[in-house]
Amino acid sequence: MSRVQVPCHIKGAVALQVGDVRTVQGRPGVLVIDVTFPTAGPIELQEITFKNYYTAFLSIRVRQPGSPNKWITCLRDYCLMPNPHNEEGAQDYVSLYKHQMLCDMEKVLELRLILRQPSPLWLNFTLEDLQFFQHGPQSPSSAFTKWLSHPAPYEQPALLLQQALPDPDKVSSEVQQMWMLTEMIRANRTTARIGRFDVSCPAASAFSPLALTWPGLTSSVCVTGGWLL
Amino acid sequence: MLQEETDLSVIIAHIVQKLRSSRLSTQLGFQASVSLQKPEIKLESLKEDIKEFFRITGWEKKLQNAVYSELTVFPLPRHPAAPPEHLKEPLVYMRKAQGSWEKRILKSLNSMCTELSIPLARKRPVVEQKELLNKWNEMGTDEPDLSLFRPVYAPKDFLEVLINLRNPNYENGDHLNLRTHLGLIQVPLKVKYISELKDYFIELSLNTGQLGIDDATQVPPELFENEHVRLGQKVLAEQDSAAAQQYVRQGSPTALRAELWALILNVSNQPEDLLYYEQLKSNVIQHDLLVDSLIYKDVKLTASNDDYYFVFEDYLYQVLLCFSRDTSVLGHFAYNSASPPKSYIRGKLGMEDYAVFYPPNGVIPFHGFSMYVAPLCFLYHEPSKLYQIFREMYVRFFFRLHSISSHHSGIVSLCFLFETLLQTHLPQLFYHLREIGAQPLRISFKWMVRAFSGYLATDQLLLLWDRILGYNSLEILAVLAAAVFAFRAVNLMEVTSLAAAEAVLADLSTLKVMPLLQIFLFATVT
Repeated sequence: MSRVQVPCHIKGAVALQVGDVRTVQGRPGVLVIDVTFPTAGPIELQEITFKNYYTAFLSIRVRQPGSPNKWITCLRDYCLMPNPHNEEGAQDYVSLYKHQMLCDMEKVLELRLILRQPSPLWLNFTLEDLQFFQHGPQSPSSAFTKWLSHPAPYEQPALLLQQALPDPDKVSSEVQQMWMLTEMIRANRTTARIGRFDVSCPAASAFSPLALTWPGLTSSVCVTGGWLL
Repeated sequence: MLQEETDLSVIIAHIVQKLRSSRLSTQLGFQASVSLQKPEIKLESLKEDIKEFFRITGWEKKLQNAVYSELTVFPLPRHPAAPPEHLKEPLVYMRKAQGSWEKRILKSLNSMCTELSIPLARKRPVVEQKELLNKWNEMGTDEPDLSLFRPVYAPKDFLEVLINLRNPNYENGDHLNLRTHLGLIQVPLKVKYISELKDYFIELSLNTGQLGIDDATQVPPELFENEHVRLGQKVLAEQDSAAAQQYVRQGSPTALRAELWALILNVSNQPEDLLYYEQLKSNVIQHDLLVDSLIYKDVKLTASNDDYYFVFEDYLYQVLLCFSRDTSVLGHFAYNSASPPKSYIRGKLGMEDYAVFYPPNGVIPFHGFSMYVAPLCFLYHEPSKLYQIFREMYVRFFFRLHSISSHHSGIVSLCFLFETLLQTHLPQLFYHLREIGAQPLRISFKWMVRAFSGYLATDQLLLLWDRILGYNSLEILAVLAAAVFAFRAVNLMEVTSLAAAEAVLADLSTLKVMPLLQIFLFATVT
C-alpha cells in the first residue's frame, strides 16, 4: 500500500472560548486547526498521521467540492487519551485511515481538525507533525506479461520409461525435498547479526579490550546445521 | 477491521523476524531435515507431516513457548513514524529526567574514578588471572580494601529525583492547590483503581486456593495442596510456558518452583548456554573493571550481612561479575527508558569509532543491587543456570525498578499506585503520617525498589515473586506495601515522628504475604 505525502498548509490553532479571551480565566478546552491543500487541489485522502500532545478527543470535518459551503463530519470524538486526566496516550503517535472515516474521502478540499481537552490539568494541548497521505501510483505488477506468470507445463519424457529406469518423478520428488528446504532457508536469510565477526576494541593503555565474541558457539552451530547458515 | 488485521500481520512478521535469528530456528530446521528420513513424511503432504512431527516430538511446544515469551517481554512494534526513543519511553519529560539522572550517576562514577586514580578497566596480569581462577568458587574469602569505594547511588537518592519529577505541561503551581497531589509523586500517571486491581488479581481472591494460605499446617492438604501439586507436575510434563504462568498465580510448590520459573522465563540449560557462561567467566578473569569493586562492596554491605543470604556470597560474585560483562543485556535497552553509558578510549573522546559501553552490559549497580540475585540462590545451585534465570528476570522486571519511566510496572507508577491506594483506603492514616512529616512513600520506597528482597522472610518472598512472574507485572509490590501499612495502621496512628514510624515498620520478616494481600484487596471495607 504505497502512499505519497501531500503538501499542505496548516493554519495555526484557534482556541474556541466563550467570552473574552483576556478577561476570562481558565483555559480553552477546544482548539480548531484548519488544513488546506493549495497545490494539490481536491485530493483523495488515504491516511493522516500525527503526534499527539495532550489532546483527548479529535473530530474531523471536511469540505468537499460537491457541496463547497457545507462541512461534513468524517470523524466524531475519536478518543486519543482514555482518561483525559492521566498521561496515558498523551504523547503517542497516531495514524487515521480512510476506512475509519464516516464519509467518503474521495475528494477533499479542506480539513478542519477539532481538538478537545476537557481536563483543566494541562496547560497546552495540540497535535504535532501533522502529515497527510494519498494513494501512491499503481505498482507495476499489473504490467507483467502473461508468459512470465504462467510457466508452460513440461512434457512427459515418454522415452525413458521404456528403458526400465526408475520413475523420474519418484527420484526427483526425493531430491525436491532437500532442494526446497535449502531454497527456503536461503531465501529467508535473516538480517539480524549472529555475532560471528564481532571485533573487540583496539587495545589501548588505559582501557582494555572488552572482547565478547562467540567463536566457540558459532563453530559448534555450524557443525550441526552447516548447510542451513 | 482492516487496521486490526494489518496490526496483527505486522506483529506476526516482527516475531517471525526475531525468532528467525534465534537458535530455535536453526534447531527446528535441523529437526525438519532429520525428519525427512522418516517413512511417515510424504512429499504430497510435506507441510502437514512435518507439522505433525513437530507436534509429537514437542518442538511445537518449544516454538509456542518462544513466541509467548516474545509477546510478553518485548513491546509490540511501534507506529512507523515513532522514533526509537518513543518505544523506550513515550513521554518526553521523563526521557529528559532519566537522561539527567544518568548524567549525575556517571559524574559520580567518574569522580570516584579520578579520586582513587583507578582505571575504569584494566587487563589482569597473568599471575593475578591464575590466582583468581583458583579462587573462583570462594571469592568471598578475598578481602580487598574497599574502604575508599562508595556505592554510586542509593535508593533514597533515586527517590529524591522522583519527587522532583515534574511535567512541564501540568498545572502545578507553586502553591498548594486542589491539583497538587498529597503524596510525594506529582505526575498524574495512569494507575489501577481498587476495582480494577480486584479484577486483575482475580486469582488471589478469597474463594480461590492459594499457596501461602491454604497450605498451612492446620489446613488438610486434601482440600487444595495435593491437587495443586498434581496440577503443577502436569504443567511441567506439558512444558507449556503460558500454562505455567497461569498456574504460578496461585503460588508454586517449593519442589517445583525452580523448574516452573525456568519454564516461564523460557530458560533451558543447553550446552551453548553453559559455553556462554564459561566465556563470560573467562572475560572476568582476563579483565578487571571498576564496577567489580562496586559489586564487591555492595555484596559485602548487603547480602553478607543478611541472615538468610550470607551463605550465598560466593554465588553472588560469580553471577554479578559475569552479569556485568554480558553484552546480550544491551538488547533490553530498546524498551528500557535508560541508556547504557558510553566511554571512550583514552585520547579519543567524542569519536564514535572508539566508544564502548561501560560496563559492557550497560548497567551500573547501585546499593542493594545484589539483593535481586540473592533469593534466586535458594532455587538454583548451578551457577550457569542461576545466571541465566537472573538475567532473564532482570531484563523482564528488575530494570524497571531503577529507571524513570511511565510504564505501568515502572517504579514511578508503583510509587503513585502505592500512594493512591493508601490515600483512598486509609485516608486518616495517610493524613496523620503526612502531618508528622513521615510521608509513607519515604518508608516503603526501599521495599519496592528491592522487590522486598531482604525485608521479607525468604519463603514469603518467593511466594511474592511467584505472583510477579504469574502476572508479568510488578504492581503487586505496591499493593503489598499498602497492605503492610494497613496491617500496622493501629500502631502507626500513635507515632509522632518519621523515626518512630520507621521503627514500627522496620521488621517485616514475620509477615505472611498472601493473607495480607487477600485482606487488602478483597476483604477491606472501603
